Amino acid sequence: MSEKNFIKKALTETVMTRRSFLKWSAALGGTAALAGGLNFGLKTVEKAAAASAPEEIMTIGCYHNCGGRCILGAVVKDGTVVRLVPDPTTEEDPIHNPRAIPCLRGRSQIHRVYAAERLKYPLKRTGKRGEGKFERISWQEALDTIASELKRIKDKYGNESLYMHYASGVNWTGPNGRGPLARLMILFGGYMNYYNSYSTACYSSVMPYITGGSGNTADDVLNAKLVVLFGDNSVVTRAGGDNNGYYYMKAKENGTKFIVVDPIKTDTAAALEADWYPIYGGTDVALIAALSYVMVKENLYDKDFMATHSVGFDEDTLPEGAPANSSWMAYIMGQSDDGVEKTPEWASQITGLPAERIVNLAREMANTKPCAMFQGWGWQRRAYGEQPVRALPILAAMTGNFGVSGGGPGMRPSGMSFKITSAPPVPANPIKAAFPVFKWPDFITRGTEMTSGPVDRIHGADKLDASMKFMWNFGGNTIINQHSDVNGTAKVLQDESLLEFIVTVDVQMTPSARFSDIVLPETTGFESDNIITGEGHGEKGNHAWVLYNHQVVQPLFEDQPSLWIAEQLADRLGLGDAFRDGHQTPDDWMQDMVASAQKNYSDFPSLTDFKKVGIYKVSSNKPVIAFADFRADPVANPLATQTGKIEIYSPFLASQNDPKEIPAIPKYIPEWEGVSDPLRKKYPLLMSTTHWVARSHSTFDNVDYLREAHPQAIWINALDAKQRGIKNGDMVKVYNDRGEVHLPAYVTNRIRPGYTNMPQGGWYTPDSSGVDTRGCANVLTKYQPTPFAKGNPQHTNLVQVEKV
Amino acid sequence: MAKQMAFYVNIAECVGCKACQVACKDKNNLPDGIRWRRVFEYEGGEWVNQAGTLIPSNLFTYFVSAACMHCQNPICLEVCPAEAISKRADGIVLIDDQKCVGCRYCSWACPYGAPQFNEKLGVMTKCTFCSDLIDQGGHPACVDACPYRALEFGDLEELRAKHGNFDNPAPLPDPSFTNPSIVYGANGETEVSNQATGHIMNLEEIPNEHA
Repeated sequence: MSEKNFIKKALTETVMTRRSFLKWSAALGGTAALAGGLNFGLKTVEKAAAASAPEEIMTIGCYHNCGGRCILGAVVKDGTVVRLVPDPTTEEDPIHNPRAIPCLRGRSQIHRVYAAERLKYPLKRTGKRGEGKFERISWQEALDTIASELKRIKDKYGNESLYMHYASGVNWTGPNGRGPLARLMILFGGYMNYYNSYSTACYSSVMPYITGGSGNTADDVLNAKLVVLFGDNSVVTRAGGDNNGYYYMKAKENGTKFIVVDPIKTDTAAALEADWYPIYGGTDVALIAALSYVMVKENLYDKDFMATHSVGFDEDTLPEGAPANSSWMAYIMGQSDDGVEKTPEWASQITGLPAERIVNLAREMANTKPCAMFQGWGWQRRAYGEQPVRALPILAAMTGNFGVSGGGPGMRPSGMSFKITSAPPVPANPIKAAFPVFKWPDFITRGTEMTSGPVDRIHGADKLDASMKFMWNFGGNTIINQHSDVNGTAKVLQDESLLEFIVTVDVQMTPSARFSDIVLPETTGFESDNIITGEGHGEKGNHAWVLYNHQVVQPLFEDQPSLWIAEQLADRLGLGDAFRDGHQTPDDWMQDMVASAQKNYSDFPSLTDFKKVGIYKVSSNKPVIAFADFRADPVANPLATQTGKIEIYSPFLASQNDPKEIPAIPKYIPEWEGVSDPLRKKYPLLMSTTHWVARSHSTFDNVDYLREAHPQAIWINALDAKQRGIKNGDMVKVYNDRGEVHLPAYVTNRIRPGYTNMPQGGWYTPDSSGVDTRGCANVLTKYQPTPFAKGNPQHTNLVQVEKV
Repeated sequence: MAKQMAFYVNIAECVGCKACQVACKDKNNLPDGIRWRRVFEYEGGEWVNQAGTLIPSNLFTYFVSAACMHCQNPICLEVCPAEAISKRADGIVLIDDQKCVGCRYCSWACPYGAPQFNEKLGVMTKCTFCSDLIDQGGHPACVDACPYRALEFGDLEELRAKHGNFDNPAPLPDPSFTNPSIVYGANGETEVSNQATGHIMNLEEIPNEHA
């Protein structure tokens, strides 16, 4: 992929200007102010130790999946973590190498480690799946049972029936995390693969059919005069202090103007003091078509660039074999099948934005140079999420910003990757078949019917040879909480004749753990040594780091790290020697990781020294400008698309023969359960399920400090609330045909009328009548994959809201 | 030594995440319901119908992080019958939990709601400016915590020289009674407290809602 290429190029071309080590021996003096202890539910932590006891800072990582990653120091005194401090390195350059100061989520880690829901012992299910009835068993019984079930199911159904589910709660580079279990399962003969994610299914799937890569590194946003964010709430989604949200704020201080197109005036929009365009969710392509229309009508675009660098912008650049009037120009000018001119007035009726504002926005975007356009991932987690991803780069190209500093291609920002291998390594899976991850319930109910055809889009094989019979759920909450239609999924899981065995490895008794047959208690980052890199989704700017995460407390109760769990199972499956491959301790694996880093960074320390310094950072003083070489010479430096150009018309997508739902050019497709669905007569309010500042997906939902700081609520516009007699803070019921949730209302003008938002990640907690009581948005979302990516449309929902 | 320790909070750099609030709770081990530092979600404006299209009118939103203001005329100190509240030479106002009888007069008197009753300990508690850390050359936990570097601390006059003397963003009260040791940075939407048109959105920070 060209994304990797240009990052690689950046690494070799630019000079690494700054490398910083932390001197970890610095002792912070002082004692906590309050006498007495605090009961965390499991353990009393005494905070008022003798004033003379020295404090030591040990580096630890925030290892969850916000995509941001940040650095913490645990202040340890008398063997206890007394408080946390942010990234303890010295900040020499706040732009090119900023400290990774964690957000509120990272700062609350102590209360996550000592949460009441922490798992303490291995558990065996005694009630029905989901009922939450378990009994404590020994590690020996748990491991023996899992080993014997693995063997039984493999013998009966084959390795294709074994599966490790999508999960993102734990992201160590090694030696713990998902890797050890994956390695074990490969040595055991392999397991069924998935492709895609719940984050970027549509973005990743269609990227090869538009730009072939992501945008400029986030530090380049400081060079923009105008930034337009489409559904990008980065100060919440990547809240920590060395991510793209930080760069947006720095750009604002620098005088850059921001515009936010979003149904919600997000914290990002508020903090950036952005001009807000409160669009109806799911109608972005209608807006983009109209913006494009204005630019053409008013001659505000770069005709030459479109002629030389794009495919299918107009009829002249259509590829061979494309039918007449199938270009973007034909579409916006009303010459394509629908015969509709994509005027601002047309778009106004759909988007809810006044036509005059659409015209002004088009002029401002075209006339302010450079203008950076970024898309969030929210708009592609919708019914037709493939379309907007491919549409925005058209505007970036038309306005002369594609491949330009301070501009960009209208994708997400990119970042630098730290070059270190993970360990223990996961060998290649002998099973090549992979299904789109959102369709995992189908893999349970009709796996053997799934094919490479348009319904299931199996990759790597023509069809699947088995249905799912064994599931590993490692550090994840996607088997019930984070997947669409919780009530429908529960029925699939409760039929034990289908999926025969579910093992969850986690640190908390999550809703997904409650649906498992065996639950194994894992250690948190406080209780095990690990190495982790700084890039979750690589949107940090042109810098990267790797961190040594120290074990700062003894493992609680019988909790064990995942490497130990995998080793124990390997021994039971006769794979002990193959699994260890000469590695007897976690340090042996970390030696391998350090050795790989030393190959890439000549002054990377030894493992012993890395433990002492804790952090190793690299940075460049120059941002990466994506596709600058392509801009300069598109023939010599083609994009990683089929045609080598900006693929407004995709021959591959055209070949799918589904012009209505997989059009060759991006189109506005009215959503089911969208703004124009007649179902609004019954369920009048659109509802999205965005990320929430107090959680990383569902991680942290049980942390008291965060629940207090940002209580779960459904956002509803003051006009919609007034109509329903709802006041700020009132308990409401939110329902549709799929379920019902009771939670407080946040009555605000920061969300457009007709639109509501229930942040995703609240833990599914049904009462006796099946009503969720903790704001689990997926009780209301629909299990209907997007047409091409088969992605999760979790922001496309219709609901009704009433006062309880 | 500073003559009067003070915080600087730049509203223009605050994204409302409350990392400061959580870091304060972590550092000071605060139980549920007690927030020595808090962040007000403040909002104003409305939606109006313009030729058949609903549009936002004069809509604004910003966040105000606030803790004990370590006032120059600390009313809490004046009303305390147990003489448990003192002002240090560097201006930091502290409650002596050995002397405090938990009568709550200070919490009623303070316009900022800074002193808060800790039921478990039976005493009033409030922001100590992390004086334990300060005294050893450290920083207040909240200041270090901000991912967006919106908080600073130092001597009040020095902060005023650097950032101005704005001390009354809405929804904070009129500062004239207590002379708070605080400097705020405003963004383009910030209202002045005596001309406020908006309202506090987060229920837990609405006065009297959870008294």
